[in-house]
Amino acid sequence: MQTRSWKRTFKNTIFASAVGLSVSLAHAADTIKVGVLHSLSGTMAISETTLKDTVLMMVEQQNAKGGLLGKKLEAVVVDPASNWPLFAEKTRELLEKEKVDVIFGCWTSVSRKSVLPVIEELNGLMFYPVQYEGEESSKNVFYTGAAPNQQAIPAVNYLIDELGVERFVLAGTDYVYPRTTNKILENYLKNLGIGESDIMINYTPFGHSDWQTIVSDIKAFGSAGKKTAVVSTINGDANVPFYKELGNQGMSAEDIPVIAFSVGEEELSGFDTGPLVGHLAAWNYFMSAEAEVNDEFIEAWHSFTGDTARVTNDPMEATYIGFEMWAKAVEKAGTTEVDKVRPALYGTAVPNLTGGTAVMHTNHHLQKPVLIGEILEDGQFEIVSATPGEVIGDAWTDYLPDSAKIIADWTAPVNCGNYNIETQQCSGQNF
Amino acid sequence: MSRASSPALRTHIMVRVGSFIFSLFFLFQVASAQTFVQGKALADASLKEKAVWMEKLASDDSEEATRILQYWLDGILVYWPQENRLVRGIKEGRRYQLQDLMTEEALGAVSSREIDRVKTNNSLRSALKQVLGSRQLGSSDRNVRLSAIAELKRRPDYKVLPLLKKREASEQDDQVARQLSELIGLVLLESAEANEQMEGLRRISGGLSPEVKDSLSRFLLNPNLDPGVVEVAQRELDAITRSLMYWGIGQDLFFGLSLGSVLLLAAIGLAITFGVMGVINMAHGEFIMLGAYTTFVIQQWIPATSMWSLLISIPTAFVVSGTAGIILERLVIRHLYGRPLETLLATFGVSLILQQLVRTVFGPLNQSVVTPDLLSGALDINAAFSVTYNRLFVIAFALCVLVTLWGVMQRTPFGVRVRAVTMNRGMASSMGVQTQRVDALAFGLGSGIAGMGGVALSQLTNVGPNLGQSYIVDSFMVVVFGGVGNLFGTVFAALSLGVANKMLEPLSGAVLAKILILVFIILFIQKRPRGLFALKGRAAED
Repeated sequence: MQTRSWKRTFKNTIFASAVGLSVSLAHAADTIKVGVLHSLSGTMAISETTLKDTVLMMVEQQNAKGGLLGKKLEAVVVDPASNWPLFAEKTRELLEKEKVDVIFGCWTSVSRKSVLPVIEELNGLMFYPVQYEGEESSKNVFYTGAAPNQQAIPAVNYLIDELGVERFVLAGTDYVYPRTTNKILENYLKNLGIGESDIMINYTPFGHSDWQTIVSDIKAFGSAGKKTAVVSTINGDANVPFYKELGNQGMSAEDIPVIAFSVGEEELSGFDTGPLVGHLAAWNYFMSAEAEVNDEFIEAWHSFTGDTARVTNDPMEATYIGFEMWAKAVEKAGTTEVDKVRPALYGTAVPNLTGGTAVMHTNHHLQKPVLIGEILEDGQFEIVSATPGEVIGDAWTDYLPDSAKIIADWTAPVNCGNYNIETQQCSGQNF
Repeated sequence: MSRASSPALRTHIMVRVGSFIFSLFFLFQVASAQTFVQGKALADASLKEKAVWMEKLASDDSEEATRILQYWLDGILVYWPQENRLVRGIKEGRRYQLQDLMTEEALGAVSSREIDRVKTNNSLRSALKQVLGSRQLGSSDRNVRLSAIAELKRRPDYKVLPLLKKREASEQDDQVARQLSELIGLVLLESAEANEQMEGLRRISGGLSPEVKDSLSRFLLNPNLDPGVVEVAQRELDAITRSLMYWGIGQDLFFGLSLGSVLLLAAIGLAITFGVMGVINMAHGEFIMLGAYTTFVIQQWIPATSMWSLLISIPTAFVVSGTAGIILERLVIRHLYGRPLETLLATFGVSLILQQLVRTVFGPLNQSVVTPDLLSGALDINAAFSVTYNRLFVIAFALCVLVTLWGVMQRTPFGVRVRAVTMNRGMASSMGVQTQRVDALAFGLGSGIAGMGGVALSQLTNVGPNLGQSYIVDSFMVVVFGGVGNLFGTVFAALSLGVANKMLEPLSGAVLAKILILVFIILFIQKRPRGLFALKGRAAED
């Protein structure tokens, strides 16, 4: 009985996948496939679902304009379920089985790291839309989020120059992005002459909810006669109880401002933002940016989701830029072949949503403006500072001695993601 | 592109400079003629120019200027181009309700594009608070005076000393006078004269607030101090640091108790379903989550800032999670008694189903559960030791739940039956106890309590589909450590784990503290597999 039903399942599976395969073969000829690799369940669903919808909206818009190269676009959505190894499997599925031409995906650095070997082996093309720690440049990945010099460093500069901060708390969730960013910031601050005793580094587990001790430690650290600020790389969920505790212990933005790198409009939509007014965030885009193209984007987003309360955020803008760039490069190359599209992307310029222009550089990073925003009562940000021009993303930071001598340039003669200018060679690995 | 934008930029700069000169002109007007501030210039000014505006407004002590500053600080000061004046604009949905500055007469609603909000940033906001603080020192409401003093303490300014001295002479209220004296002390530290500095040190002696320590540390950085003053100041600072350390230990103890009570709330339901009934219920965390979501739903109906929303949520959450628990027991667990592995797998499956269900109904995003006004903020015991109301509420709530549950188990017929069934099912059954009914109700009770725990947790942490997962491990940890089947053990385990965690945290960091606790429990279980307070006798044998 049991074996029979097992056999039946097996037969069904074979049948189903055969049908699936033939359908996708039939489609392959007349559509361009766009893979969407964002978690739709699990911890990261909270952030990544929005990006999946953004890609779907962009595909719909592109199709309304007549598609690309005379073909319609077709989105292939898979769910890696916030499970890092599954990201690699799903990438393989997208590239080998679905034969997608491009992938938009990933959020956490660990998921990106898990995708890298697969996408390089199969020579795929991926756009990664989230701010990250840098120290990487893969031939097959384009990074449309901010590198540390496009977010963390300008944020710290703002604190020092505008708010006169002399003492720093670097608080983060315990994983690769905060650890690397804080290492870079620590070095940067020390180079500026800020002493070891004026820097406090603190890590907490994912989803940490009991912030009493840490907030009271920060309060104590801040009462040493120097203006103190918190630089927060605390991730997603854990921010809510953190900010709640700040409010309850009466730590206002005027006493000790908190500047966050992972808190945007989307995260704030689950907050009671009353006690948070005046705390800061550094991004390359805020929904409150005043630009016509931004208004259009917000309107399109509201009509796509059918919900006028939905907010837009920085990773959405990065997805938007990535998609527009890819479409432009495909038109330029006249094909979706990765080896032709990749060189076509270098130097491609598209308008960003804050009224400037995003250009793709040969280190696979963008140039972007850096904005500092203060949280308002209604969960939006007031832009209080913007870099005068755009900042070019630096794959390898200049503030870590080992990385300072490494550059990424995917055009001849360097043609490598980690070229050591001292030894004049690539370190061998692909990224 | 950059070439195209540079003329635009130049015009922009010219406009800025122009408006600055323009604004200076009008400032002069304000100072002399007491007319309205030119709203347009104020709304368009850069943040640096705004600081100049603010200084000028600060020197004007009319009611009108005070109101402008206050509304500016509150973020409701807007410029209305249509009538070319400043008004009060209160956001309602996507529109602004406009009101006259002085008479508060309604002027109609406009969209955000028809007005210019006068923006602020951190540094302006704190400067505004300072100015308003010095104005409110003379208020007839003592709470306003206290908050004004607290505001002025953040940045002691020698310039306000005469004003403060004048206020001190006429102050009647003891507490306000004490705070005022400390403030004067802080201000005197800014003085350049040694005798004033000594007077300042005398006044702040024994103060424990962060501002005192902050000012004192800053004071000692000054290289031109009299050696005698330095000695006194250093002694004072050492004394403060020492007593802060003692209070810090007290604070850590409180933090530990509060973490312990959170653990207790999460685990106490499990102490019944797992501890007493022996069911490994992996969906326990999801019952907590259901309780938290119940709070969210209730808050959609009842004004979230009122305490009632929470008080009504408590029994509702009990009923919701309890019902879910009874259904789970009747449909799944009933068929699996005595097969722990299958129970574990089945309930784990149920937990995933419940999570996805919530995700489908409410969406993957966290929901914002509002903390009622009564529970926001902190109770200051002294400047160094304060307890937040929401934590206090959770501790009290955990205590109530514990006492009630103990009462139910020990003093009611239902409790007696539950205990009878757990001790000897066959015997209880032959004595006429309907064991199946008791099983279902006991499981419902445990699940319902988990739901009530969810209400409390919604005040502390995120309400999202993953809420339950983060507490399930902790809950099992507490029950196993405390000894299976023993309520008292659960209480002791929750509180001691909470306190140990919080005592370790400042020393080792949050990550390591958690690991150390887990390692300790692993070692402890090796030594005493049945936990701290193992049941003795017949009940312990199976």
